[in-house]
Amino acid sequence: MPSPLAPSAQGTFARRDPRLLILALVLFALVTVSLERIGATGLALALAVLVVFAAGLPPRLLLRRLALLEGLMLALLLTLPFTVPGAPVLALGPFAASAEGLHKAALIALKANAVVLAMLGLLGGLEAPALGHALGRLGLPDKLVHLLLLTVRQIARLDDELGRLRRAMRARAFVPRSNRHTWASYGNLIGMLLVRSLERARRVEAAMRCRGFHGRFYLLDSQRWRGADTAWLLALLPLCAGLVALDRLA
Amino acid sequence: MAHIPDGVLSAPVLVTGALLSAGLLAVALRRLDYAALPQAAVLAAAFFVSSLISIPLGLSSAHLLLNGLMGLLLGWTAVPALFVALVLQAAFFGYGGVVVLGVNTLNIALPALLCAAALRPLLGRAGPKAVFGIGAAAGAAGVLLTAALVALSLGLSGESFWPAAKAVLVIYVPLALVEALVTGTVLSFLKRVAPEMLPGAEARHA
Repeated sequence: MPSPLAPSAQGTFARRDPRLLILALVLFALVTVSLERIGATGLALALAVLVVFAAGLPPRLLLRRLALLEGLMLALLLTLPFTVPGAPVLALGPFAASAEGLHKAALIALKANAVVLAMLGLLGGLEAPALGHALGRLGLPDKLVHLLLLTVRQIARLDDELGRLRRAMRARAFVPRSNRHTWASYGNLIGMLLVRSLERARRVEAAMRCRGFHGRFYLLDSQRWRGADTAWLLALLPLCAGLVALDRLA
Repeated sequence: MAHIPDGVLSAPVLVTGALLSAGLLAVALRRLDYAALPQAAVLAAAFFVSSLISIPLGLSSAHLLLNGLMGLLLGWTAVPALFVALVLQAAFFGYGGVVVLGVNTLNIALPALLCAAALRPLLGRAGPKAVFGIGAAAGAAGVLLTAALVALSLGLSGESFWPAAKAVLVIYVPLALVEALVTGTVLSFLKRVAPEMLPGAEARHA
């Protein structure tokens, strides 16, 4: 069973410094969120799609992760056309969808998906520890980085453990249904997962102390910022400035 | 569900959320000892992995939030643990977004802290029945407070978001019931199997 945090892409960005990918993502997200016109936002989405293709993400995985079909988004996209005041374009009984509302809903759908796609495209090829190291080098507090690295390691182990526990439940003919028995069973499952994982945590901590852990980690990795990374960043800046300019001036 | 995507909220809400989250994180990190990191990491991982389980609920299915449980078990450490889980969920599953990370952290971590403050002191001397009740209260409170904060983030971002915010609140009510039952069961399971994991137990054992 692959780890839930296994990298999903191996494309153009796998060789870039993870710090560049994070910086690019934050920059792109900030610019995208600030856009106000459909045209420029659509262009941002197109850019994100381009990033995804360059990263070589499997399309099936992408469809599942698009923000469009998620509960909160659905609630927003369905209500906004009717709640934003403006010129009515479509009447459904007593409710009228306004052009302004449709515009706002479309804008939100475009922005949310542009950022999600860029995020998956840029970070999808990273190993989780590389992400942690890069965040550390970008100034995230030490303890937080260590917590992230340790958590990443534990997630893989716990996911295995959860798989074992659920197989054990299935072997006892457990079928999840929408009833109290199921929910209580899941409570016990999570309880067991916690007990086992805490036992593991004690062992991990003891083992770390045995190896001389005295409250400090050292980030050892081979991330190196190359000239090409600077070039990518410099290429990104006018692109983002162009998006903003298009949004404000056109 | 508790993850607000990017592009929805207004700039003042985003900035406020980011600042408050950063403040909470700074306080929590100062209180967190390096020696406690492995344990916090395991619980953060357990939280992350458990939230992947999809739980049947009516005709649909839901994912657990578990922030009430995290608050009860971890106290202040729940803040960095939840933050880390959110970063990983965003980076690897595309839940939430980049700029809203601060707001999302606040919406999920603040209820955990409130549960910790209100219910953690009661755990030490509670009997098995009461432990289930405390767990159920934390589960329900975690989800409902998060729902309220999500609704508030939406509502403060614009007048036109209020109907969607109300819809979110309604959707969360059944989820809170399931979460209450699950969290209560988790706590009474821990009370029976590993009482030393519950806060307040150290005092009697040490």
